[in-house]
Amino acid sequence: MAQNDKISVTMRQTPLGRVKGLGSAKSGVHHWWGERVTSVALIPLTLWFVFSVLSMAGHPQADIVHWVSHPLVAVLLIALIVASFHHTQLGLQMVMEDYIHEEGQRLIWMMVMKAIVWLLGLAAVLSVLKLAI
Amino acid sequence: MPDVRDALSIGKRSDGSLVRRPLSPHLQIYKPQVSSATSIINRVTGIALSVGLILMVWWLVAAASGPKSFATAQGFVGSPIGLILMFGWTLALWYHFFNGIRHLLWDIGWGFEIKTSHQTAMIVVAATVVMTVICWIIGLAVWL
Repeated sequence: MAQNDKISVTMRQTPLGRVKGLGSAKSGVHHWWGERVTSVALIPLTLWFVFSVLSMAGHPQADIVHWVSHPLVAVLLIALIVASFHHTQLGLQMVMEDYIHEEGQRLIWMMVMKAIVWLLGLAAVLSVLKLAI
Repeated sequence: MPDVRDALSIGKRSDGSLVRRPLSPHLQIYKPQVSSATSIINRVTGIALSVGLILMVWWLVAAASGPKSFATAQGFVGSPIGLILMFGWTLALWYHFFNGIRHLLWDIGWGFEIKTSHQTAMIVVAATVVMTVICWIIGLAVWL
């Protein structure tokens, strides 16, 4: 490589940053770990939710209200909402980081996506609280 | 501006001249394999499930808004388009569910051998089909 000067490489880190090992691993692990923790939580929560909803397929609204009015159901529903929306946000972020190459566009789409995910998640939690309380 | 990561994508041709290697993901360059196919399906089903969450929110908001809005949401789910979407989401959910467990097993260091990973891919596909059928049998039995 040294004898070839056609390809040059620019270091974005400062020498101090390199020595201290500062890089994506500082916050990247947090993202990776968050995905793992939410996916483990979602295994039992998904099974519970899917089969609960299936057992009420076609039932009137009163049955749903009665179901959510139990505190344990409401807590599990909120846990499911938080875990699935956090998992969704982390997953979609990764997809955008992979496929949107232009930095400005990536930033805008990421903010739009996070805003939608947050608003939908809050609407879901509020609905559960309204039904439960 | 060149990026430091570019250093990793520089390779040599057999005549010694330097070449810039293609960056992943380049689906049109790599031959499709079980590993890449199951990986991209995991991503596609994940995106589909993100969209599917909108329906879950609608269902909850409708239930919280009253019997009338709940009946509207339920009517959509029971309509032909709603049923097709629900079927797609059930498939996507179970695929992502089982392949997610496969990923978690890799994360604890199990199942990296090609033979094992091909076997677990087949288990994921089979479990997806079985769970989707079970869900629809239960759902239709309760509904009808």
